[in-house]
Amino acid sequence: MNSQGIQAGLLSTLGAWVLALLWITPLLYACWAAFHPSEFATKWVLTAPLTLDNFRAAWEAAPFARYFLNTTLLVATILCMQLLLCTLAAYAFARYEFCGKSVMFSLVLIQLMIMPEILIVRNYQTLTKLGLVDTLFGIGLPYFASAFAIFLLRQTFRTIPKELVEAAEMEGASALQVLRHVYIPLAKPVYLAFSLVSVSYHWNNFLWPLVVSNSVESRPLTVGLQVFSSTDQGIDWSIITAATLLTSGPLLIGFLIFQRQFVQSFMRAGIK
Amino acid sequence: MHTARRHLYAYLLLLPAFVFLVGFTHYPAVATLLDSLMSTPRAGRASVFVGLDNYQGMIEDPIFWKSLINNLWFALATIPVSIALSIGMALWVNDKIAGRQFLRLSYFLPTILPMIAVANIWIFFYTPGYGLINQVLQVFGFASQNWLGDPNLVLGSIIMVAIWKEAGFFMIFYLAALQTLSPSYQEAAQIEGASRWYFFRRIQWPLLMPTTIFVLVNALINAFRMVDHIIVMTKGGPDNASSLLLFYLYEVGFKFWDQGYASALTAVLLALLAIVGLVQFFVLDRRTHYR
Amino acid sequence: MKQILSRMVLLTAGLCTSAAVLAKTDISFYFPVAVGGPITKTIDQYAADFNKENPDYNVVPVYSGTYQETIVKVLTAHKSGKPPTAAILLSTDTFTLADEDAISPIDNFVKTDADREWMKSFFPAFMLNGQFGNKTWGVPFQRSTVVLYWNKEAFKEAGLDPNTPPKNWAETISMGQKLTKKDASGNVTQWGIQVPSSGFPYWLFQGFSTQSGGILANAEGNRVQYDDPKVVQALSYWVDLSKKHGIHPPGVVEWGTTPRDFMEKKAAMIWTTTGNLTNIRTNAKFDFGVAMLPAGERAGSPTGGGNFFIFKKAAAAEQEGAYKFAKWLTQPERAAQWSIDTGYVAVSPAAYETPALKKYAAEFPPALVARDQLPFAVAELSTHDNQRVTKALNDGLQAALTGTKTPEQAMKDAQAEATRLLRPFQK
Repeated sequence: MNSQGIQAGLLSTLGAWVLALLWITPLLYACWAAFHPSEFATKWVLTAPLTLDNFRAAWEAAPFARYFLNTTLLVATILCMQLLLCTLAAYAFARYEFCGKSVMFSLVLIQLMIMPEILIVRNYQTLTKLGLVDTLFGIGLPYFASAFAIFLLRQTFRTIPKELVEAAEMEGASALQVLRHVYIPLAKPVYLAFSLVSVSYHWNNFLWPLVVSNSVESRPLTVGLQVFSSTDQGIDWSIITAATLLTSGPLLIGFLIFQRQFVQSFMRAGIK
Repeated sequence: MHTARRHLYAYLLLLPAFVFLVGFTHYPAVATLLDSLMSTPRAGRASVFVGLDNYQGMIEDPIFWKSLINNLWFALATIPVSIALSIGMALWVNDKIAGRQFLRLSYFLPTILPMIAVANIWIFFYTPGYGLINQVLQVFGFASQNWLGDPNLVLGSIIMVAIWKEAGFFMIFYLAALQTLSPSYQEAAQIEGASRWYFFRRIQWPLLMPTTIFVLVNALINAFRMVDHIIVMTKGGPDNASSLLLFYLYEVGFKFWDQGYASALTAVLLALLAIVGLVQFFVLDRRTHYR
Repeated sequence: MKQILSRMVLLTAGLCTSAAVLAKTDISFYFPVAVGGPITKTIDQYAADFNKENPDYNVVPVYSGTYQETIVKVLTAHKSGKPPTAAILLSTDTFTLADEDAISPIDNFVKTDADREWMKSFFPAFMLNGQFGNKTWGVPFQRSTVVLYWNKEAFKEAGLDPNTPPKNWAETISMGQKLTKKDASGNVTQWGIQVPSSGFPYWLFQGFSTQSGGILANAEGNRVQYDDPKVVQALSYWVDLSKKHGIHPPGVVEWGTTPRDFMEKKAAMIWTTTGNLTNIRTNAKFDFGVAMLPAGERAGSPTGGGNFFIFKKAAAAEQEGAYKFAKWLTQPERAAQWSIDTGYVAVSPAAYETPALKKYAAEFPPALVARDQLPFAVAELSTHDNQRVTKALNDGLQAALTGTKTPEQAMKDAQAEATRLLRPFQK
């Protein structure tokens, strides 16, 4: 990957490893507690019996299958809308000169600072007026236009060589055709990068879905997990960690397999 | 292309995205500011204009000040520490260290786990008596601490959770930047016999400045946005010792249903974020090569 | 041919009509869970049983987290115009729900003599929080009182009679001191007594304040007396358990881990809801007892738990169905079974006369303790703008327990805040 790394000293290596072990402790604990019965959740008895009962109990205790479906639909819908809307907007910024351009762009930049959760009270009322409370669509609505995506894509589109565009125009391509055949294919890596960022973010989003969803039909995984493991019930770590592993599983496994691509994408998304 | 048609095309392309942007960012921001000047509607009593009453109440509200100060401490503690850690992590993963893949995995993992999923595990870590941290402390002869139930410790405890969650995410950006640095710097340093620390301080750090700025802005925004762990772990307690602005906003808006006051709180949050935006704008201005 | 056709038409018409008749009325039912155990499964089973017996209705139970989370979800839904048909909510939320014009009084549905009998069949202590303005706004469903659990083994080890729990404040201290164990470096390994104070400390505190003879709020819900000397005295007692006598963990104690702490032998005596009885019975690996709370000047405990509410904005047919469901849920046999499954107090005296509960109580006398405490029970703290007024008290209690404020100062500040909040309701 890179050959410029410096050979690290012993102290450095030690430090890095200690930190890494500390960092992964929560996950290690989750594995311990989830595979052992409740009574061993807080005791480190190495000979304790292993069991899958916790997973079974967690799966039956809450409709996790439905929660999975909800989150998948939610994240997919948000991503599709973001790709569509933001591509068009970025194209306008990158390719056209028009008055009010910098004002419009500044308006976009504002959303980089101010996420919809900050304006949660008002946005909730907007949803109420639209009658979209307690729907998956309602949860996704504020995120359909992503300032981050517009920003990234605009940067990328601006680097597309003019000659390619002129060549396409000379063949009689319309503006939208140029977009489809020249800009989008060349920006594929950035699309991938942004998609991974978006999926990650919305898979883990909590506060807004908490407020908007009430019933199981619209409840995503994060809210379902919180409702499931609320502390009033008396915390049973074995079942809660089993549920945690169940719900984080797909993202974890996906990350483990596609580690390199994942990391590369995040990196690319950060390089401006 | 005709100017008029060009303008039309451009605005048509912008329209779909802007419907949502304006609808869920700009319009609510303005509406909230207006709402903060109105009283809270209740069944039977409509909303009326009350001027700065909500702000007056806010200034007199000790919980508001506690939340604000907590939030500032939270920002002050999480930002430098997570950035410093993330640079360290990036340097380590970038260097030729044994088990680099594992290190990178371990550092980045907290980012992809939902906060809700790990908050309960952290509750276990912090439990008095048989919680993991206290078990370790007791092995070394120290007393068990009530990490989440002691007002002097609780803010530190949730800061720790936030740092754990964030550092790996920032590491990625530093990693990317490090890999764009030309190897010739490193070679030159090795030839000159410069120490690792000197190399970092004089060469890598200045070159990483654009990344640092990017990460700093992100960290600032996150400091006002991260409340998931508070909702699960402490609910703002004990006695508001771990209450942050957005959390208090959520309580006032969705537990007390006090719309007027919640809008005033939102206005404060908006003002703070605006300051962050302005800071970024002016610092960005000075580093035009960054574009 | 004509005959066949007309027969087909008749058949289709008949099917359509019966389909219309069979069209079920959906009743969405939000319920919280505040105690350990497979409660969601039990509720789902109840819903299924009700649906089978009443094919016109389809109760859809929705588990919605804690009491706090449930009231947020319910009010959120109400304000957006689509509330659930019914929900179990804290009896103390009655004022808030009525102020928001969200619920229909149960009286609206009471029409027959049987209905009136049913309304009178509950324990009077449980009806207190659900009634004001001459109306009954909700009926009891999962109700409780605070009880003392004690570890009989730990008592034996400490040289105390394992069958005699503390009966008053002084005995709590003396027994607690014998029960508190320390290790070689002076760190406590077992606390004498543990009373949780996270989330909703006001509920546990009401035990202390009732025992010292104080009253926290009036029946109209618009005046509080947090700074009454008797109330302050109760708070000082609680604070001193840790500060002066060293028998109670310092700082704020987590509600959710308290049963666990008891079972892990980190605390020899705990205060928690009787609703945790079945959970502790299933999981404790030692002999334990359940007792009424030790008395101060008098014995006392708040009632707690959830009432059944019906929502105004739901369709009339749905509300009727919810009413039927409420009656069904609180039948003596079912109330008895619910009590056995959880440890909640069965909501009517009749339930205790059923064979099932009589047998269970004979085998397991602790099941009756909470009921026996009812004569000494008081209404749970409840006022207008309940969440906020209660929060003022909660914050004050936590401040005192963590030593940030003295009990006097904490209660004075709480009283000031609560009075300010209640002013609009004092007409």
